Amino acid sequence: MAESAQVQEQMAPAIQEKAPLFGKEEKKLISDPLNDNNPITVQVLGICSALAVTTLVTKAFVMSVAVIFVLAFSNLFTSMMRNQIPKQVRMIVQLVIIATLVTVVELTLKAVNYNIYKELSVFIGLIITNCIIMGRLEAYAMANKPWRSFLDGIGNGLGYGAILIIVAVLREIFGKGTLFAGSGIQINIIGPSTEQISYLIDTSSGFFSWYMPNNLMVLPASAMFVIGILIWIQRSWNSKLVDIS
Amino acid sequence: MSNSYIIRFVLILCFVAALALSGMYSLLKDTHDRNEALFNKRAILKAVENYLDKPVDAMTDPEVQDLFDTKMAQKVIDMSGKVIEGVSAESVDMGKERKKPADQRRLPLYVYNSNDDGNLYIVSVRGNGLWDEIWGNLALKSDFNTIAGATFDHKAETPGLGAEIKDNPAFPRQFIGKELFDQAGDFVSVEVVKVGGSGSEHKVDGISGATITGNGVSEMLDRGISWYLPYFETLKQSDAGMGMVQ
Repeated sequence: MAESAQVQEQMAPAIQEKAPLFGKEEKKLISDPLNDNNPITVQVLGICSALAVTTLVTKAFVMSVAVIFVLAFSNLFTSMMRNQIPKQVRMIVQLVIIATLVTVVELTLKAVNYNIYKELSVFIGLIITNCIIMGRLEAYAMANKPWRSFLDGIGNGLGYGAILIIVAVLREIFGKGTLFAGSGIQINIIGPSTEQISYLIDTSSGFFSWYMPNNLMVLPASAMFVIGILIWIQRSWNSKLVDIS
Repeated sequence: MSNSYIIRFVLILCFVAALALSGMYSLLKDTHDRNEALFNKRAILKAVENYLDKPVDAMTDPEVQDLFDTKMAQKVIDMSGKVIEGVSAESVDMGKERKKPADQRRLPLYVYNSNDDGNLYIVSVRGNGLWDEIWGNLALKSDFNTIAGATFDHKAETPGLGAEIKDNPAFPRQFIGKELFDQAGDFVSVEVVKVGGSGSEHKVDGISGATITGNGVSEMLDRGISWYLPYFETLKQSDAGMGMVQ
């Protein structure tokens, strides 16, 4: 018995080496959080920032990139240290890693694009308290190898970012009538055209003149409605998510 | 795991994290300062945007810097109207100054030299909105009465409501052409009102759902501009004096 166990132990690393860098399992790590296990619509985590930064697509995009970066690298570092981290202080250690990475993001953003940094203000700092990150570190990175943890971080970050961008697109079009405002490639979708500004759908006269930008869409409450409707749509289309009990 | 291992682990981790962050901070400090200064310069130039060749948002950083260096004069004045020498207006933080006692307060003043319309005087005002501070820059024509342009910004007003003072260009645009003094020559400032702003020279329309922010803007303008009046008075008198000599 002991002998066979030893053989198995020797076999294990060999199998590991043969495992492809980007196999089926790894693909699942990326694709799963996009749909079946989405951090926002299925696990309902990270809602605070999803409500707050989705008024403009530009803001949502920068926030998503920041979260993907922090999530991927905190997963990577935590996983690399997972056997050294003392169990008694593991959450504090995780927080130090997250806070360090968030500060890196903040300092970089402040140097690269000061306008967006001002717009996002506290919400970059609040990535530290984003439940998705702590959740992935505890649930995945503490028990898995670095490469897979890194991919898991990217997958979950993408899942978070995808929802953020969908919500932001809806809110920006219906709330402000624009897309990508504040990024240099602003597109004016709907609104009253004037000499200075022209919109794709002109509401100053003609068929769409009844339309007014919906101010509710700019307020945080609308993000909750939009996310609620997204959850509804996702569940009616993905039968795996429906609770049969 | 032993206690000493835990302490060692945590200390090393904190040391590495602190070293990395402080290194990065000192590396990027210059860029941060430059970005912040340019951000403030853009906010001030926005008040005189109508007199510029192109919108401030379309300008590159060197263009902003160049315009500021060549056409903008900076002064710092005190509450009695005297110029304080040796201080640049950009180093004056209104957030701190407005909390100081009146005799220690310093006020930044920018003078933009527009070739056709004479000097434009840009004053900085700061007050309270609904949730936190609001502030703005107001450009006055050389009669010290007519408003040539205004910009507002805020720390934490509600998006879609109070935040519209910054996000909606229609709000600051209303201030252009409004007057600070009434027919009798008394200072009345410009008030944000619920209805009838467009008909009056001293009123602008407020934003629906943002009454408190609007009141904050009224209060901020009334108080903030009045601090500059002693200096404007001395400027007017020196102008008049010069006129008599001629």
